[in-house]
Amino acid sequence: MPNELEFERPILELRQKVDELRTLMETTGIDLTAEVAKLEDRLAELTRNVYQGLSAWQRVQLARQPGRPTTLDYIRGILTDFIELHGDRNFRDDPAIVGGIGLLEGRPVTVIGTQKGRDTKENIHRNFGMAHPEGYRKALRLMKQAEKFHRPVVLFIDTAGAYPGMGGEERGQSEAIARNLREMAGLRTPTVCFVTGEGGSGGALGLGVTDRVYVLEYAWYSVIAPESAAAILWRDATQASRAAETMRITAPDLMELGIADEIIPEPMGGAQKDPAEMIARVKRKAVEALESLSALPIAELLQARYDKYRAMGSFAER
Amino acid sequence: MLKDLFHKKRQYATIAGQTAEERMAAPVKVPAAAPKDNIPQGLVNKCQSCGALLISKELQKHVYTCPQCGHHFPVDARTRIDITLDSDSFFEYDAGLTSVDPLSFPGYPEKLRKAQEQTGLLEGAVTGEGTLDGHPVVIGVMDSRFIMGSMGSAMGEKLTRAMERAAQKRYPLLLFTASGGARMQEGILSLMQMAKTSAALQRLDEKGVLFVSVITHPTTGGVSASFASLGDIILAEPGALFGFAGRRVIEQTIRQKLPDDFQTAEFNLKHGMVDRVVDRKQMRETLAAILRIHAVGGWAHAE
Ligand SMILES: [Zn+2]
Repeated sequence: MPNELEFERPILELRQKVDELRTLMETTGIDLTAEVAKLEDRLAELTRNVYQGLSAWQRVQLARQPGRPTTLDYIRGILTDFIELHGDRNFRDDPAIVGGIGLLEGRPVTVIGTQKGRDTKENIHRNFGMAHPEGYRKALRLMKQAEKFHRPVVLFIDTAGAYPGMGGEERGQSEAIARNLREMAGLRTPTVCFVTGEGGSGGALGLGVTDRVYVLEYAWYSVIAPESAAAILWRDATQASRAAETMRITAPDLMELGIADEIIPEPMGGAQKDPAEMIARVKRKAVEALESLSALPIAELLQARYDKYRAMGSFAER
Repeated sequence: MLKDLFHKKRQYATIAGQTAEERMAAPVKVPAAAPKDNIPQGLVNKCQSCGALLISKELQKHVYTCPQCGHHFPVDARTRIDITLDSDSFFEYDAGLTSVDPLSFPGYPEKLRKAQEQTGLLEGAVTGEGTLDGHPVVIGVMDSRFIMGSMGSAMGEKLTRAMERAAQKRYPLLLFTASGGARMQEGILSLMQMAKTSAALQRLDEKGVLFVSVITHPTTGGVSASFASLGDIILAEPGALFGFAGRRVIEQTIRQKLPDDFQTAEFNLKHGMVDRVVDRKQMRETLAAILRIHAVGGWAHAE
């Protein structure tokens, strides 16, 4: 299998052994059923153990695995009649953020998310899912449009961060993100976001001030990427695994710190092992969340959203 | 000529005998790499920009700018309040708010203790209310000496409370920013302070209360990408660094050297990201004029 990670190798090796034994049984006619069954039990146990005992760094690696569903995969998987809409009406269309409208179980929604590529060529086009100001401004335009037509907004976050470049600074990367934070806090329609892979700092938060924040089981969300944290803390980017632990960036950490509302379990071994199943789980959650959020009067919804972010943080008072 | 008379008349209105326009027209020398902490202290201070030796009294008279080259020395939060508000008008909010170590981050408690000892502050921002030229305001000032002015939970809470009070009292809000960004030692909780403060500003905005953001050196990262950029009016001190990503990160990403003036106040003015670059010697009067205009209130419409 391509794209196996280092810590997944024992599973791969054991699976090969099981396959070899089966082939042996077929070619020689010797009855090895008991041995094969025993080995398969061991394989299942090993697989469970590996994925349940993942370190923070191993989760980061899983979250970056190619083959995981991208935002457009989720959008096309959960909506019918999806129509992509482009551009910020100001500078250009940013391919690193996609958005549009469609029907979720027959009801209109606006969907927006950062978009990574599947291969090098697409990744260059998508700028590896790292948005410029115009991407955040396109997102805001679509959110305001959603508010106008009383459509809830579903957002997907999978980005290493906002793009640190010259054009982005000239065109106000800070202002674009800041404005989104403020406007999302007051958007008069239900909003939910899914952190589906990487939640890289302000670039992620710029699409992530929502009534519900759902984090996929192996996704991470942090104020700074583990490699950058390691470079600052220990002047050594290879200490990223240590930084990943220290920074508390995994889905269980985010639950404990009161940032995530719920963890969406991934198929065994990660979303990339069974994209269809992952997309179905995300769809179920989106439908369920929007059902319950749309039952609230807007004033209550906004107050609850405010109270949620108002309560974040940990401090003391003397 | 009428124009000359006009200029001449204006000169009397400024402290150093130079109009704001003239001052802005003059090239502002930007420090290539300002040291982390060159806040004036002691009797004699050396200008980081031109090397002039300056007596503290003289420096004070020029509100901590170099009389030779115009370089703006960084000032601590209390000094900023002193040079901004009417004397003895300041009433401090939430001085007891302080950081904890929610992630058990290695070295963070020591870092906090050191910053507290060095600054005499419990946290890297001072907030409160007072008057400026007689106008009541809520003010918040970040102190770049306190772990680079980084924003953690206590800072976020302090600023949010100030924003909420401004909304409640309908006092204009003035925030002087100086920050390296979110405080890494508090992880995702510090990132969420961006959301928390921006949500509070959304409510202030909805209430129609004025918010003036004053960018001072340096304002970057998570602070730049939240409240610093959300002012109804954004002023910046000359030469102040104001941007999202760090210069080194950008240079490594684009594999290209950036121009010297990149992300300076003047660069941001040129690109439309700030309303005015205001010399510190004119800051108080500029703020007073803004407050005066807003104090009149808007035009009434026919019912
Ligand atoms: Zn000088």
